[in-house]
Amino acid sequence: MAERVFVTGIGIICAIGKNTGETFASLRATRSGISHLSILDSIHRDTLPVGEIKLTNKELGALAGISDPDMFPRTALLGLIAAGEAVKNAGIDPKDNNFRTGVISASTVGGMDKTEINYRNYHLGAPYNNFVLTHDCGDSTEKIAVRLGFRDMVSTISTACSSSANSIMFGARLIRHGLLDRVLAGGTDAMSKFTLNGFHTLMILDKQPCRPFDKNRMGLNLGEGAAFLVLESEKALDGRIPLCELSGYANANDAYHQTASSPDGFGPYLSMSQALDSGRLKPADIQYINAHGTGTDNNDLTEGIAIERIFGQHIPLVSSTKPFTGHTLGAAAAVEAVISILSIKNQMVFPNLNFHEKMDELHFEPLKEMITGKNLRHVLSNSFGFGGNDSTLIFSAC
Amino acid sequence: MEAFIRGIGNISPQPTFDNSAFLEDVREYNTARLQSIEPDYKNYIKPIQLRRMSRLLKMGVTAAGMCLHDAEVEQPDAIITGTGLGMMEETEKFLNGILDNGEKLLNPTAFIQSTHNTVGAHIAVMLGCNKYNLTYVHGPVSLENALLDSLMCLSERPSDKVLLGGIEEMTEAHFIITDSMGFWKKGPISNLDLLKNKTPGTIAGEGASFFLLSREESPQNYGQIRGLSTRFNPENQTIAVNHIEDFLAAHKLNIADIDLVILGLNGDPASDAIYEPVTGYFEGKSTMTWYKHLCGEHYLASSFALWLGARILKNQKIPGIIRLNETPKPGKIRNIMIYNHYKNIYHSLILVSSC
Repeated sequence: MAERVFVTGIGIICAIGKNTGETFASLRATRSGISHLSILDSIHRDTLPVGEIKLTNKELGALAGISDPDMFPRTALLGLIAAGEAVKNAGIDPKDNNFRTGVISASTVGGMDKTEINYRNYHLGAPYNNFVLTHDCGDSTEKIAVRLGFRDMVSTISTACSSSANSIMFGARLIRHGLLDRVLAGGTDAMSKFTLNGFHTLMILDKQPCRPFDKNRMGLNLGEGAAFLVLESEKALDGRIPLCELSGYANANDAYHQTASSPDGFGPYLSMSQALDSGRLKPADIQYINAHGTGTDNNDLTEGIAIERIFGQHIPLVSSTKPFTGHTLGAAAAVEAVISILSIKNQMVFPNLNFHEKMDELHFEPLKEMITGKNLRHVLSNSFGFGGNDSTLIFSAC
Repeated sequence: MEAFIRGIGNISPQPTFDNSAFLEDVREYNTARLQSIEPDYKNYIKPIQLRRMSRLLKMGVTAAGMCLHDAEVEQPDAIITGTGLGMMEETEKFLNGILDNGEKLLNPTAFIQSTHNTVGAHIAVMLGCNKYNLTYVHGPVSLENALLDSLMCLSERPSDKVLLGGIEEMTEAHFIITDSMGFWKKGPISNLDLLKNKTPGTIAGEGASFFLLSREESPQNYGQIRGLSTRFNPENQTIAVNHIEDFLAAHKLNIADIDLVILGLNGDPASDAIYEPVTGYFEGKSTMTWYKHLCGEHYLASSFALWLGARILKNQKIPGIIRLNETPKPGKIRNIMIYNHYKNIYHSLILVSSC
């Protein structure tokens, strides 16, 4: 269990970029990807801002190298693009028989985007009913594994908005247990009417660009995207220089309510403190927290309380990057893992956009302007989900 | 990696939730859709909660409660579930709302209960369990993925008690859709004559099976899970016997050590053909059994097989209804191999042994 786990490749597609380079450029320019819907057809098109990727499925298919993109759910197209970039970035060949490889992905609604278009036509047969089998969350994972050549383990996790933190954690544990040498871990979720309306009925979507940790925050903006990390054992590195180390992780349950966090943020407190313990780190070792920070009343308050409980008077830099990307659900933890790694690699902390006024209940404010030149060694990234599924990852400079 | 099975709870299309019976009275179905025999939930869940819960949520939470009760464990250290399709009823309800009403007048409860982790999360809330909680959703290997994680948890923290569950439901709407795609057998059919029916397709099933796993020795234990292997075979190669031989070698076992095999035959000629080399391999050496005529085919069917293996080991009895052959060498049933495949793409092997 002493085996260290390194990140050797990253790939991302989200509202602020179709690859890592574009995403980094947008973060650096503090350019938000929040806009009104133009791809998804919904009655909320002009009222609910979202983090939508402004590419049609046809354009995504071209990026993914798919000749028949109409037969793919958007979730799978996004996943293929980000996964392909991560593998290329790591410079590995998943088919190399000297290493045991696997894909651990995550999603909350899988192929829902195609289901909701075709559901009423399933009785008409092909091509409509092709999407019956692309609906479940494992479908995009299987497509990624087949296309890229990962063979020894294929798995998919779904724990609502913390899904891809858990896929990264499971991937790391598979390496530590000596079961795999190289794991592609992350998640993918496309925009859908199902999720947009779901959060809308819960009345937690902000009609303005979201304002995490702001006194007047009114909810989240839904996003879409995919992100993957290539995780490798020290042996598999074979002298190559990794991007960073995945030094800590934890999964806990708030066990309070299906959709609301406990008032004292006990689940978030557990996942953060256990992640620190797992990495043998102290709170003072963390320079930056990439918060879950959805912008909902409940999340930001309880996450903030849990952060104060752990870090006391010495709160690290805190920002939520969801005002850039929107909340990408099953992909969110992986998207924010990539952003955290970009922070470490470039020694740059990206701001919490749209923040104006401090919350009365908290003693700290999130970061308002981009900061460079800090000696960023350890970055903690939170992801909390419905069902109280709370997970924390810690990335460390090598 | 290994774990004892301390407790079980199984709701399925057969009367399996009563641990004092063991498939003496088997239910015959004359349709291609087998639905779970559900207990009186009032005995397990408060009425005020019951009203708001979907069918699969009730099944899952109750099977979990039965399992904890059977194991005499109040608080697990991890809750790990697997589901292929997840909360279908609630997903359909919310989706139909969107399509019927043009994205208006929607009920948030259906959305809240549509997420795949609903059952695992609900168990955590009911028990006040703040520990590790995860849901695997990779189709036909969801149970196997959840079991692997359970074994890893017990290897990391040997004193833990892990609650492992496999849950899956078939709704009427999804049955009709998949029936139109040729998944299920047509015309008059009896689940008990499934292997005699050589038409394409199988029968649909569902269920909720939970297991309390620990490393603690106890006379109560049903058996010990000693190994697990899954293979991803998208090229459709012939791998079954080779997979079994590698698995036996990895566990330092010979074919003669396997007393009983539980096979995932489902009556679909194309699918059953994959098992032919396997039955040939074990013929004359091991007792061979099957189970999908009892629980139906579904993504979590291997959790029914794991329940079956646990019961056989503890009772040292093989219900006649599951037999494919006569026992070639009478004696104590020590090692059981569970073998399942899905479309020859996913293959899984689980080794369960007597304690």
